[in-house]
Amino acid sequence: MSIDSLGRVETKSFIHRDSFSLKSGKTLQGFEMVYQTYGELNEAKDNAILICHALSGNHHVAGLSEDDKKGWWDDMVGPNKAFDTNKYFIVGCNNLGGCHGSTGPNSINPENNLAYGSSFPMVTIGDWVKSQDLLRTHLGLPYWYAVVGGSLGGMQALQWSIDYPDLVKKIVVIAAAAKLSAQNIAFNEIARQAILADPNYNSEDKLPKTGLGLARMLGHITYLSDDAMREKFGRDMKKGEVNFSYDVEFEVESYLRYQGESFSNRFDAHTYLLMTKVLDYFDPAESHKGDLAKTLKSVTAKTLLIAFSSDWRFSPERSRELANAFIEAEKDVSFLEIDSPHGHDAFLMPSETYDSAIETFLEKNE
Amino acid sequence: MNKLIGKFINTNDRVLDLGCGDGSLLAFLKKNNQVKGLGLEIDHQKIQKCLQKDVSVIDQDIDSGLSNFQDQSFDAVIMSQSIQALRKPEVALEEIIRIGKEAIISIPNFANWRCRLQLIFGGTMPVSSALPHDWYSTPNIHLCSLKDFEKLCVDHGADILDRQLLSFDGEEQSFMKVAPNLLTEIALYRVKARN
Repeated sequence: MSIDSLGRVETKSFIHRDSFSLKSGKTLQGFEMVYQTYGELNEAKDNAILICHALSGNHHVAGLSEDDKKGWWDDMVGPNKAFDTNKYFIVGCNNLGGCHGSTGPNSINPENNLAYGSSFPMVTIGDWVKSQDLLRTHLGLPYWYAVVGGSLGGMQALQWSIDYPDLVKKIVVIAAAAKLSAQNIAFNEIARQAILADPNYNSEDKLPKTGLGLARMLGHITYLSDDAMREKFGRDMKKGEVNFSYDVEFEVESYLRYQGESFSNRFDAHTYLLMTKVLDYFDPAESHKGDLAKTLKSVTAKTLLIAFSSDWRFSPERSRELANAFIEAEKDVSFLEIDSPHGHDAFLMPSETYDSAIETFLEKNE
Repeated sequence: MNKLIGKFINTNDRVLDLGCGDGSLLAFLKKNNQVKGLGLEIDHQKIQKCLQKDVSVIDQDIDSGLSNFQDQSFDAVIMSQSIQALRKPEVALEEIIRIGKEAIISIPNFANWRCRLQLIFGGTMPVSSALPHDWYSTPNIHLCSLKDFEKLCVDHGADILDRQLLSFDGEEQSFMKVAPNLLTEIALYRVKARN
């Protein structure tokens, strides 16, 4: 364990007992939300940062879990890291519909005492933000000093600044977009079809692991850049020569199959379906007839947008569109496009420019 | 120079600084003129310094265009000694006066007597405090004189509201009025779109 690690971290649970209405019109009869916290809340309670997770993430952001697994952003969250737990009180939660402890498709529906499965209601980013605000109240935080996230997580940070302008001082929106492009929705649709077409989908005793694995394989390709894949695998072969079969021959095939399989063992297919829909539905400008600048008029948070040059799933252009809307709305916005060969996954990896931009932006200037 | 530019900026103005460097000017204007500032810069180390100074900054290359900015959306657009480094200064000028209700543009004067002497008697491309680069490594690909810049303004729809004649360190020098195109090292112009 490195000296910069948080070490063992504990998962806590927040239970909301009242009914919780969702944008879809459906209602949850209360919910459970699991979360972790790192660092100390200061006396002024003005150093709390919410880190929102992306599609396959969860509340275990940093440190080591009970089964010795590192958090998904451990490289960037911890003592003396980009999100410095010596300075900030950092909160990560598992969003509703998740499969790592918060109320989701694997939970028991109180109405019939059966697991929700595919009947779990659709949730939206607005619903998530509303539930995260209940967690904020539960933790006794007057407001978030910052809300931060990459990809789907960045969309939550953006939604926070729109829905609760008085409750968030700064947002960092990384490798995200104000809405998905047709191409992006198309990738999600193929992922969903892979799961829905699996004969084990909705089976009583089997899981649609093949479909979920396929969905993950597809997703994984879109998170890497062409260059990164070439660098990592090239045309390398497992056995050094072709054997004229459909078995695994190329290294990249082997890697993808492994990724798909391991993911399907730790993630829930219903949650995956749900998360892709959350992404597709995200369009905060909808409330203002598609005018994003008007939508952002209410925002008071200082905003930092970050994109990565080789990211084609959420390309820098999408972040620039967002930056332009902030500028048009006359908001306090900065935008940085970082050179990186790692594609969309770059948002998970520390780099000098990336880390110092975040550190500097989070510094208190007043 | 910051103070001089500050004189042209009203309190609470919305200011866009094209090529804002480390954000010093915007930080100065924010402190002294309470402006709402935004900078454009492509050097990531300089962007970092802007963030340190709490100056909002967008990672954007001016040469790739400014079409993302709305018409007359800023009270003032500043371009400090960088128009000569752009690929298309004439397009930049048109964009600047489209975006800004007013623009403040400064240029190093290539027709300054020192430059002229170096070229005539030294026979080499001029190097000076205002233009410190060798010809092969200079970012200044479109150098001009006061006369040239003023003609550019006339030809591209910009009215000159004001002109300050300065030494390379940004000091006002009244003697330069005698022969501006010969004596001035840096000229600071306030321009706006012709009605």
